Amino acid sequence: MRKLTMLKAINEALRQEMRRDPKVYVAGEDVGIFGGCFGVTAGLIEEFGPDRVRDTPITESAIVGSSVGAAATGLRPVAELMFIDFIGVAMDQIFNQAAKMRYMFGGKAKVPLVLRMPCGAGGSAAAQHSQCLEAWLMHVPGLKVVAPSMPYDAKGLLISSIRDNNPVIFIEHKFLYGVEGEVPEESYTIPLGKADVKKEGKDVTIIATMAMVHRALEAAADMEKDGISAEVVDPRTLQPLDNETIVNSIKKTHRAVIVHEAVKFAGPGAEIAAMIAEEAFDYLDAPIKRVTAPFTPVPFSPPLEKEFIPSKEKIASAVKALLQE
Amino acid sequence: MAIEKEKLLWMFRNMVTIRLFEERVAEYFAAGKIYGFVHLYVGEEATATGVCANLRKDDYITSTHRGHGHLISKGGDLKLMMAELFGRKTGYCKGKGGSMHIADVELGILGANGIVGGGFPIATGAGLTAKYNGTDQVAVCFFGDGASNQGTFHEALNLASIWKLPVVFVNENNMYGISMSQKKSMNVPDVAARAAAYNVPGVVVDGNDVLAVYEAAGEAIKRARSGEGPTLLECKTYRYRGHFEGDPTVYRPKEEVEEWKKKDPIPRFENELAKMGILAPDQAQAIKAEISKLIDEAVKFAEESPWPSLEEITEDVYAV
Repeated sequence: MRKLTMLKAINEALRQEMRRDPKVYVAGEDVGIFGGCFGVTAGLIEEFGPDRVRDTPITESAIVGSSVGAAATGLRPVAELMFIDFIGVAMDQIFNQAAKMRYMFGGKAKVPLVLRMPCGAGGSAAAQHSQCLEAWLMHVPGLKVVAPSMPYDAKGLLISSIRDNNPVIFIEHKFLYGVEGEVPEESYTIPLGKADVKKEGKDVTIIATMAMVHRALEAAADMEKDGISAEVVDPRTLQPLDNETIVNSIKKTHRAVIVHEAVKFAGPGAEIAAMIAEEAFDYLDAPIKRVTAPFTPVPFSPPLEKEFIPSKEKIASAVKALLQE
Repeated sequence: MAIEKEKLLWMFRNMVTIRLFEERVAEYFAAGKIYGFVHLYVGEEATATGVCANLRKDDYITSTHRGHGHLISKGGDLKLMMAELFGRKTGYCKGKGGSMHIADVELGILGANGIVGGGFPIATGAGLTAKYNGTDQVAVCFFGDGASNQGTFHEALNLASIWKLPVVFVNENNMYGISMSQKKSMNVPDVAARAAAYNVPGVVVDGNDVLAVYEAAGEAIKRARSGEGPTLLECKTYRYRGHFEGDPTVYRPKEEVEEWKKKDPIPRFENELAKMGILAPDQAQAIKAEISKLIDEAVKFAEESPWPSLEEITEDVYAV
């Protein structure tokens, strides 16, 4: 099958949805002729013009808020925030307006809005351009949170997100944009709230998100040589979370290691661990372990940043320690 | 400007409806039958009325925490509003929103809002929908003087101005953001002065003169409908009651309140209509009595309505 980078897969999802539905438009900083800060929207303005590929000023509250208003009145905006780190400036419009409108109005509004935002460390962009903040958003009733790891997933999940009638936060790890994978040319959807087993195994379940899926797969490949069979589960959607796939894997392996790049305390893994403890405690043969960033802002200097991001070695050593228990 | 008699009488009825509705809400709030926070619109009736008298059903508004007057003026149903304030299943939001979140998307009412300044970008987005779809609908964003110090005010005005969106930003300057006088909260005498920063018209009008508001809003709305972009319209007005019910209002002199009561928009308009020969005193009384009855019915409907069932707590979080 044809291979595409995750960046191109996302671009193709946007293009196909914009062709299918004239109510879909893109808005954000530099999304037009510049093609987006990372190039995700490249070429869209040439095909769809400036009314549907709307360059905005640097105005995150208005980018999100105007999308909320447009969505509530019948359009299907796909807004880009240049970095997830910028949501703080727009947070009221995300968590008090977009997320709650339907509930507050007694179910009489729908807000079909997608907010795309890159996250993640790895380029010495330091503390305000490198974070993983998915836990903030998972915590808000009314939002859905999607966090793909593979180009195939990114395309199918983005198409589903655009067709969803709720506000969807679509998180793109910026160091996955260049990752290649098989992606069908035709349009397809992947349901939100459905995890994917990226590698089957029998000794331990590694639940990993976004870039950490790749580190987990590398660690799993390395551990095969030591006779350890790790299963790697990618939730793909963090809200709603696919409890069933995770629990089924643990029923098989009896051990769970959760890996994410977000910081540990109250990170996404805290919720996953709590869910496992509630729903699969009897199947566990060992405590749940988490491999995460330390509880610090993202540091700038390359060796510090490298230490910040969970590595395949740290994942493997956590798995091995767990297997000793 | 010649205004049809029917429209003039609608304006009078609407202002009376807001006043009597709010007075009844105050009563039931004091009696413990209405819950949470309520922020009443008493004294500001001419503003919402004069603006909304120019709107069509398919136009949009965003409202504020002090929203009952906007909702009534845009056609909100009194029974559904009252039932919502009583927290009942039959209310506009099935008892999930309360005073600060009443909405009727079918009537273009995109919600009251508990966040000061929350509505600016939402109204801008509604204006974008109109422009994107090539209709001549407009979006009106109501907001207070305090809200114009929020970042969203500036972001939305900027975006609406560069995109020439059909949005009319209607400031109800009641001189106070809770306790803080507008004189202390901004370094310009008029909120409308801020329009200059976005190169859009900034207009100041007597917000207690319903006909002046009607005329100024009419101009702004016409401009928006014809694709010329936003206007910032400032209506100088006053709230007779506190910021919320229960506010001791220690921050403003009693004389000031008395001065403003002399400028009450309702008797003022009633006199004008009498002079025009459109409304005799006994007719005005009859209208008030009739509206009072409608509000009785709304209260009865609310009181007799069931509470939401407990299973409903998890409904309406997500759309299918």
